[in-house]
Amino acid sequence: MPLTNLTGIARSEGDPRIQSKGPSSLTDADRLARALGWFSIGLGVVELVAPGRIARGLGLEHKEGLIRAFGARELASAVPTLSVDKSAGLAARIGGDVLDLLTLSTALHPGNPKRGNAAVATALVLGVTLLDLVAYAGVTAAHRRGPDAGGRNYSDRSGLPKGIQESRGLARKDFKTPPDYRAEGTVAAALPAPPSS
Amino acid sequence: MKALVWHGKEDIRCDRVSDPAIEHPRDAIIKVTSCAICGSDLHLFHNLVPAMLPGDIMGHETMGEVVEVGSAAKGKLKKGDRVVIPFTIQCGECEQCRRGNFSLCRQSNRKGELGDKVFGHRTGGLFGYTHLTGGYPGGQAEYLRVPFSDTTHIKVPDGIEDEKLLFLSDIFPTGWQAAVQCDIQPGDTVAVWGCGPVGQMAIRSAILLGAEQVVAIDHLPERLSMAAAAGAITINFEEESVVERLNELTGGEGPHKCIDAVGSESHVSLGQPDTLLDRAKQMLMAENDRPHVLREAIYVCRPAGVISIIGVYLGLSDKVPMGQAMNKGLTFRMAQAHVPRWTGDLLRRIEQGEIDPSFVITHKADLADGPAMYAKFRDKADGCIKVMLQP
Repeated sequence: MPLTNLTGIARSEGDPRIQSKGPSSLTDADRLARALGWFSIGLGVVELVAPGRIARGLGLEHKEGLIRAFGARELASAVPTLSVDKSAGLAARIGGDVLDLLTLSTALHPGNPKRGNAAVATALVLGVTLLDLVAYAGVTAAHRRGPDAGGRNYSDRSGLPKGIQESRGLARKDFKTPPDYRAEGTVAAALPAPPSS
Repeated sequence: MKALVWHGKEDIRCDRVSDPAIEHPRDAIIKVTSCAICGSDLHLFHNLVPAMLPGDIMGHETMGEVVEVGSAAKGKLKKGDRVVIPFTIQCGECEQCRRGNFSLCRQSNRKGELGDKVFGHRTGGLFGYTHLTGGYPGGQAEYLRVPFSDTTHIKVPDGIEDEKLLFLSDIFPTGWQAAVQCDIQPGDTVAVWGCGPVGQMAIRSAILLGAEQVVAIDHLPERLSMAAAAGAITINFEEESVVERLNELTGGEGPHKCIDAVGSESHVSLGQPDTLLDRAKQMLMAENDRPHVLREAIYVCRPAGVISIIGVYLGLSDKVPMGQAMNKGLTFRMAQAHVPRWTGDLLRRIEQGEIDPSFVITHKADLADGPAMYAKFRDKADGCIKVMLQP
């Protein structure tokens, strides 16, 4: 059952209910970024929990500490990747991909009996790197301000038809700050007037 | 009908939904002629506001024509009336409403127990916002049910276009209240952080209320150009020090009044390192807000000055320098705007040509294009400052 139907229990009878869904404000790049963020969490947890099994599988014995650190890095990059600041998270992921590839390259030498596993892992990381690059390019393209955004000039939009000088203080003629919003006043103004001589 | 529906973080869709129905004798249904995307809608878009549910209809800046009236509202409204709908829902009878604190109405929040638990005491119902404020379906739709409609409406005359009237629903009275909270006196310097739609309205309100200098602070050139159009002195915080420039403009004394029209989502940049830490904590759900503006305003404000907070804060804010605020004897005023308290006066000012709020509209679009406009507004793309939507 779709979540939007489930949440109907929190609505009253007269509230509108969804009949059919339209296209989303999320772009394909946003969705890919989100998927990569969740992938980061999954991989990060595995690297943190089972670094020994990964190390043995790749012929990278004695690098359990490094793999665990990579797990923490995956989790750290997942957080911004899943946030609205996806491009920062994806950039961190791409940097992490490079570190992963450098580490895997040390396992590709002919003397490593698990060289085949390392080659498969390298191919997978290359594939994920490609996805990261595609997502990064898509997200930055979809959410850029545009070349002319800062060049827009709204200096003809005063919103004050009578002009700035005539408008300054215009409302003081017929508006008094309500008592519960008053912040000004001086002791001198509050003192009783001196008796006239 | 068509409506913009929240499905999750950054996921707004133009869905087909069932039409709203009268539930209570005080309800009315309006056919929406115009609505707008508000800066505070972006907090929902970013999923920073707790208690949103997938399926919630967005929108709290709405106007239209009455098409159905409940039996108890018939004395005040009739079919065909042209109305602007305040974003605050008010009963008009409770102690808070009688005091003019309409956004704190005691009766209009239909999920008040939630509000009691989270806020300590409930606040008023709001359209198209969190379930903490009632979870009422919003007005970015073709039709809107208005609860307590006999008191939750602003009747507006024919002959004035929607563009000039729509913002009576929120940003105009909100900006006005920001300035009123300052109790502006002749000779005052008023600093306004944030030149989004509410900041723009606050700048013009401060001018109308007689501020000698209004200083507008932002980093987007197009927004600063709009602020300068109303006579504000501008500070681009990416190019110069806000504190140094404000002190320079006030003979070293600091502004008398400071308006925070930014709220929870301060711009994050290397030049403002505290915002990086706040953003990281926000991502980890260790902090709700990024209160950089509040910190800066407290620091630079003249002793015995006023800090007027109108930008929306959402929950917990870290490292707010209360020591500075207390020792400088600052006055803090803040609230969601008590819209109907000001709208009679502000409608008259529009009619008399003292202000034309339509200056702020930079983009108009069909309601169906709403999801894309949310993204454009959030990305500040294409010089976007205010989006008006029409069903």
